[in-house]
Amino acid sequence: MAIINLHQLTYHYPLTDTPALTKVDLNVKEGEFVAIIGPNGAGKSTLCYTIAGFIPHFFKGDLEGRVEVAGIETSSSTLSEWVLNVGLVFQNPFNQISGAKYTVYEEIAFGLENLGVPRDEIKSRVDQALALTGISDLADRSPYSLSGGQQQRVALTSILVMQPKVLVLDEPTSQMDPIGTREVFGVIRSLAERGITVVMAEHKMEWVAQFADRVVAIYEGRVLMNGKPREVLTSGRLVGRGFAISRYTSTAREAVERGFWPKDLELPVTLDEAVQGFKK
Amino acid sequence: MNIEVKDLDFTYPAGVTALRGVSLTIQGGEQIAIVGQNGSGKTTLVKHLNGLLQPTLGSVMIGDWDTRKVTVAKLARRVGYVFQNPDEQLFCRTVGEEVAFGPYNFGLDAQKIEGLVNDALQLVELSEKKDTNPYDLSPTWRKMVALASIISMDTACVILDEPTTGQDAANIDRIARVVGELHKRGKTVITITHDIDFCAENFERVIALSKGQVLLDGPAGNVLGKEEILAQTYVDPPQLTRLGRRLGIKKTVRNQEEFLAALKLK
Repeated sequence: MAIINLHQLTYHYPLTDTPALTKVDLNVKEGEFVAIIGPNGAGKSTLCYTIAGFIPHFFKGDLEGRVEVAGIETSSSTLSEWVLNVGLVFQNPFNQISGAKYTVYEEIAFGLENLGVPRDEIKSRVDQALALTGISDLADRSPYSLSGGQQQRVALTSILVMQPKVLVLDEPTSQMDPIGTREVFGVIRSLAERGITVVMAEHKMEWVAQFADRVVAIYEGRVLMNGKPREVLTSGRLVGRGFAISRYTSTAREAVERGFWPKDLELPVTLDEAVQGFKK
Repeated sequence: MNIEVKDLDFTYPAGVTALRGVSLTIQGGEQIAIVGQNGSGKTTLVKHLNGLLQPTLGSVMIGDWDTRKVTVAKLARRVGYVFQNPDEQLFCRTVGEEVAFGPYNFGLDAQKIEGLVNDALQLVELSEKKDTNPYDLSPTWRKMVALASIISMDTACVILDEPTTGQDAANIDRIARVVGELHKRGKTVITITHDIDFCAENFERVIALSKGQVLLDGPAGNVLGKEEILAQTYVDPPQLTRLGRRLGIKKTVRNQEEFLAALKLK
């Protein structure tokens, strides 16, 4: 049974003529990790906002079709009901951090305080969440004194602590260092293993290939492809359309032309696959 | 114009020491990438180059100007800094006004300003959007407006703070072209980046910072191959460098051409 059901979703932002999304169908199963890829302006963030209920509850505009997450339809719910099931991590941590709290620790606790969770439970959940994302040592710092990548970890942690059923992430590692990025992908993968459903807009194809169960390619507001990471990420349909493509894939594609990569072998998406293929 | 950073220490008012004994000499016209773990001091370091921050200890010389003795307004004539987040930088009603703001504040005449604005907008491929409000553009293009607003100041040194963050392949290529053109014009370009493939393909010198200190500094071909040392500051070598290593290629290959050429030799 799918926990996210989008059916023929078409959406216009207020005062715009061109739809940001057109007839999008998407089903995501519980515990699945789905990556959304696409060039800038394709509709990735809009899709994230819709699954997270910010569209239509915050951004008004014109929404057609059906959006159902965790058994509730957006049109018949409020944002405050919606956020109990779905957490959204914004692309820019500046948009996430409340500005109302002096320390990282209080910032992470903010959502739980608003739900009236008992004090002891807040404490233990905040400590666990800080440890999970590796920022326990930043607990007493001001969120605004941190670097961009550290702020992104705070933003992610402030959502994880809410224990949402569905986690929506809009390029959550864009300002993170490379190994930190890989670690965060690992944390998110482990959450999916525990049954949390993950939808992540992302440009970093090496990690998408390695960690996601499925990839949805969005182009000009429509679903261009929807399938296994290898099938989508090596497809010629992504070429020349502004999609990020890993160096393993693009270099192997060029190597086919020059006779260094076997013509009948599938193109690689991960380092290991590239190593095996180039050895042949 | 050379830049000389000498024994630089910096401690934020709240008590966090972000830089410890950093020394660097940057020659005019160099293309430098600064890499390193989040919180390693990259942004703190570059904010010293245009005087936004003052050394706690040590000194920073921009040509013959000591940043402790020259105002930020004056330093802006030599060092332009493109913020990580364009929304912290943009405030004018049109793209044209935004890009004209820097040279206008230098007191240049109208004709000269127009020339600089047109040139900068052409370079970032925004000539058609001169009368558009920056906030009617996508975040991708706002980033290019922020870049143009610094290019138009025609400073000897241009600093880019994570220019490729959240950018798609087409825009990363566009940013690479801008960096290449600034190089041709003899500008010093200093870029903070986590995009190590972008770094390998576009920069000649790489500085890796770790916990406020210089961990590695040298030609990209040397620095980017040092996998174990880079790991100390949470940086992986570029994808093709790692692939080359696994295939037994000794040289640190930095791009597709180098990789395929090395493969051919094998």
